[in-house]
Amino acid sequence: MLAAWKPKCDLAKLKLRAQLLHTIRQFFLAKQVLEVETPLLCHATGTDPHLDFFRTKYQQGKHQQELFLQTSPEFAMKRLLAAGSGSIFQICKAFRNAESGRFHNPEFTILEWYRLDFALETLIDEVISLLGIIFAPNLSLQASEKISYKDLFYQHTGLNPLVFSKTAYQKYALENQLSEAIDLCAEQHSLWLDFIFSHKIQPRLGANKITVVYAYPACQASLAKINSQNSLIADRFEVFVNGVELGNGFLELQDAIEQGQRFEAEIELRRQQHLPAVQKDELFLAALNAGLPDCSGVAIGLDRILMLLDNSVSIENILAFPINNA
Amino acid sequence: MATYSTNEFKAGLKIMIDADPCAIIENEFVKPGKGQAFSRVKIRNLKTGRVIERTYKSGESVEAADVVDMDMSYLYTDHEFWYFMVDETYVQYQADAVAVGDAMKWLKEQDLCTMTLWNDEPLSLVPPNFVELKITDTDPGLKGDTSGGGGKPATLETGAIVRVPLFVQIDELIKVDTRNGEYVSRAKS
Repeated sequence: MLAAWKPKCDLAKLKLRAQLLHTIRQFFLAKQVLEVETPLLCHATGTDPHLDFFRTKYQQGKHQQELFLQTSPEFAMKRLLAAGSGSIFQICKAFRNAESGRFHNPEFTILEWYRLDFALETLIDEVISLLGIIFAPNLSLQASEKISYKDLFYQHTGLNPLVFSKTAYQKYALENQLSEAIDLCAEQHSLWLDFIFSHKIQPRLGANKITVVYAYPACQASLAKINSQNSLIADRFEVFVNGVELGNGFLELQDAIEQGQRFEAEIELRRQQHLPAVQKDELFLAALNAGLPDCSGVAIGLDRILMLLDNSVSIENILAFPINNA
Repeated sequence: MATYSTNEFKAGLKIMIDADPCAIIENEFVKPGKGQAFSRVKIRNLKTGRVIERTYKSGESVEAADVVDMDMSYLYTDHEFWYFMVDETYVQYQADAVAVGDAMKWLKEQDLCTMTLWNDEPLSLVPPNFVELKITDTDPGLKGDTSGGGGKPATLETGAIVRVPLFVQIDELIKVDTRNGEYVSRAKS
């Protein structure tokens, strides 16, 4: 048996990680994108009911303040953007409670960047270009593919993901060995989409190629703008390689009022589902109020990139000290 | 009623699905970056042996199945039930033909088997990996053939039929691997 103190991965994987960080920094240095750091410990956190967080107490004399380990650096980076930072990138840790599995460690490494005045398509091309450079030495990728969520969903299921039809979705579930979806998803459009996408579509996404899925259904807008031409879709994309979800990008929502309403709706969902209560991040909303410049942003999971580079079946294989050994 | 939350799911865990006891073979945590997390499990129905896939919403609770494996000795059969006893406690169990299943043809008195109990009732039985049984019927082999090539069928004292080498004869004790039903060797008696 291996000694418990030893790293779970060998030196080659540590070198692979160091090389990856180096490649990314070179890429952004050449484009004059500023590297920044924002706090891991924050006074507020996201309201997304699907994200569970770690909380801690900050002791200041007799006064205690509740702090959160960030689930993503998004709010803080947008405060920098609103303050006039220009285009920025960050490589940092993010923390998500109750996430563990082959592709999840509760502490993981994110690359997140924001580009001023970039249309979403321009950012997508930059993502593809960076991933191409990263994967080139280890994986021979075929030409990348860009496809809208609607077309992709229709190709695989014959269903329209933008308009909820309970009867059509139920019929599909019954015919495709997903009958448990009927009770589990019930009336929730977004849940149906998550269920069908993660069971029937994602596992079949491009072998050895970068697949970008764009124009997500509006009910899954998250922090993206709703499309100005078509209110059924959001200006959001996701990037996959070999069916592994690597990243998520937005044309960033700038409207503080709309953002506040989305927070309220998620806080209400949290209340209904008896999830831990959270407050809106007022500093972030104030930054939006002051004015977030036109920008697109994306976050990429670096541990998963390492898994692909190394052909690892589990995230544990590329971490020196995964959570059970941390 | 005991329950398990999806975050306790792991291989080997016994849960109730559609009123049947099942064992988890594999559990995969599936979570889109923005969206609902699921537990996708591959499970074996312990009554039928069928393997199915099922998905749960992360955090959901599932009823636990009171299923345990217990070593016990085979006593005898009256051909309606098969009787077993836990050596340490002398507690006896009677299993019907469905629970005993294919193990039936390998059962010899006093052999130690693994019984799976559901709510303290026999659910399924695994015989010992190796059993020693007497041959009650087989064709007389060709004289002088000791190669073992080809072989012939032999009926054992329990009624099981296995292929044995030509040189093995009636009344001999042989060792059989119950996992594949194959002859291993003559038993040293």
